[in-house]
Amino acid sequence: MTELATIDTEASAPSAASGSAKMQYLRAFAGLFLRDLYVLRREIFPFVIRVCMNPMLFLFVFTFIMPHMSGGAAMNPTSAAMGQNFSTVLLPGLMAVAIMFSGIAAVALPLAQEFGITREIDDRVMCPLPVAAVAIEKILFSAMQSIIAAAVVFPLAYYIPSTPVVAHVDNWAYLIAILILASVTSGALGLTIGTTVEPKQIGLIFGVVVMPITFLGCVYYPWTALGQIRWLQIGVLVNPIVYMSEGLRSALTPTLPHMHPALILGMLVFFLILLTWLGVRGFLRRVIG
Amino acid sequence: MIVEIEGLRKVYDGKQRVVAVDGIDLSVHEGALYGFLGPNGAGKTTTISICTTRALPTAGRVRIAGIDVVKSPSQARRCIGVVPQYNTLDRSCTIYENIHFHCLFFGFSRIDAKKRTEKLLEQFHLAERAEAYPSQLSGGLAQRVQIARAIAHHPKVLFLDEPSAGLDPQSRIAMWDAVRNLREEGITVVLTTHYMEEADELCDRVAIIDHGKILVEDTPSALKNSVGAQRIYELDLRSMHDIPQLLHKLERQQGIASVETTQRGLRIFAEGTEGLLSEVVHAANPYGLKDLTITEPSLETVFIRLTGRDLRE
Repeated sequence: MTELATIDTEASAPSAASGSAKMQYLRAFAGLFLRDLYVLRREIFPFVIRVCMNPMLFLFVFTFIMPHMSGGAAMNPTSAAMGQNFSTVLLPGLMAVAIMFSGIAAVALPLAQEFGITREIDDRVMCPLPVAAVAIEKILFSAMQSIIAAAVVFPLAYYIPSTPVVAHVDNWAYLIAILILASVTSGALGLTIGTTVEPKQIGLIFGVVVMPITFLGCVYYPWTALGQIRWLQIGVLVNPIVYMSEGLRSALTPTLPHMHPALILGMLVFFLILLTWLGVRGFLRRVIG
Repeated sequence: MIVEIEGLRKVYDGKQRVVAVDGIDLSVHEGALYGFLGPNGAGKTTTISICTTRALPTAGRVRIAGIDVVKSPSQARRCIGVVPQYNTLDRSCTIYENIHFHCLFFGFSRIDAKKRTEKLLEQFHLAERAEAYPSQLSGGLAQRVQIARAIAHHPKVLFLDEPSAGLDPQSRIAMWDAVRNLREEGITVVLTTHYMEEADELCDRVAIIDHGKILVEDTPSALKNSVGAQRIYELDLRSMHDIPQLLHKLERQQGIASVETTQRGLRIFAEGTEGLLSEVVHAANPYGLKDLTITEPSLETVFIRLTGRDLRE
């Protein structure tokens, strides 16, 4: 065994010598990402359900069942108010919800378990990598899932509604920028929630955080439609989901009223920085005694 | 010196201010099997957490293989393997993947990681359970996987925090064997324990810790010799009355190094054993001798001598 051990110690030398700290960080980071991909691949079925169920049911009920009901339009106040096709309003909104929800499901919920009983995050924290990078990896991996979740909404919104969606992309670069910013921001939101909420209270976040930010996130109605209720229109501005849905609205369905793109980008960047800072700080506080 | 600890302090400021580590200075030389022995709450785990970059010290400095763990934690982690008290195996990954990904985190190529994982599974007799998930393993097996994972990246120092806590006697002995083998591979091992047999059996050197301070530090045999006795007689007496008189009498007896009072009677440290027992019994009988235990000095005795308390208290 001693012989084997000596050979082994030498064999490890290349990895030690393989270069600078940057290379070391990069490989550790890639390792973490790969681990998450592996686990996601194994849990692909729950992932698909998680990603599809909400937009599918929403579209099915509001854009397929309701229009088929007699007087369905009257039951659907939003579409009446908009004078627009409700499926068109819903497309960007549901994408925003999918993005936000992925951030919660991919970061906040697993973190609750890993910080809670099992402390299984420990081995990843012990990577030869600054601890903040472990938190950043969580955000980026969640962003990847968010983008997939948002992409899934597209075909659903195309096939399910009884009236076609009017989507039109003028500026692809803008759409991609919004998608990426929204996804990374929602990963940061998940990290902030996962590190602030006590693990045993994680079940509460659906009622306390997820529901309010969804329903007050301009998901089911454009922001300008809130003009009649001024206090609410101002109040919802602290909700990052507003900028996600408005951003997607301006990129995908520009025929609907939406905020100014520069304001949307600016606010998304602001929330990204704020939530990343809060999330990473919370993560460090949790793992380093 | 592979592990150097200087003036280490850790204070938790909260509602209740807790001084977990109160000025520890220590060095461990390469290849050693070093033990921190002390009761629960003595500051062992905190010290290990700081050494392994999982906690920040309030004051002092720790260097592992010359690398400051506070200044460059990610570099220090390359030299460190950790087996924490609790099972931190990744529940979403199999045993194989737990070790394999650990190798990838430390920059192994996929081929090297595969080789290393297979070798470790073999070495720790885990090959059959490679595809099992951590939740399917017994405590002893999980501990073995944790050790295998901790040394996968060829660390210079392996830290084991209470490695035998919660293990059945058989698994504990298997774990001891595994730890001894590591030492043959040239890995320095630092462990914490509150089992004095473990420290005695495994370690080359032992630091006895209490209330965040090192009380004494030496080889187990030197520590036991420091008691200055070959046998210890514990006398259980019916009445504590007149004890000083008996104590005085026994102290003058030839072959007795020292005598001290305990809650239940007296503790006699005997230098020789020749004919002493009957004389002790004879002397103690009038004081209502209920019971008598004879032990050889152990690390527990050393701890009791230093603190007046039991390790388990």
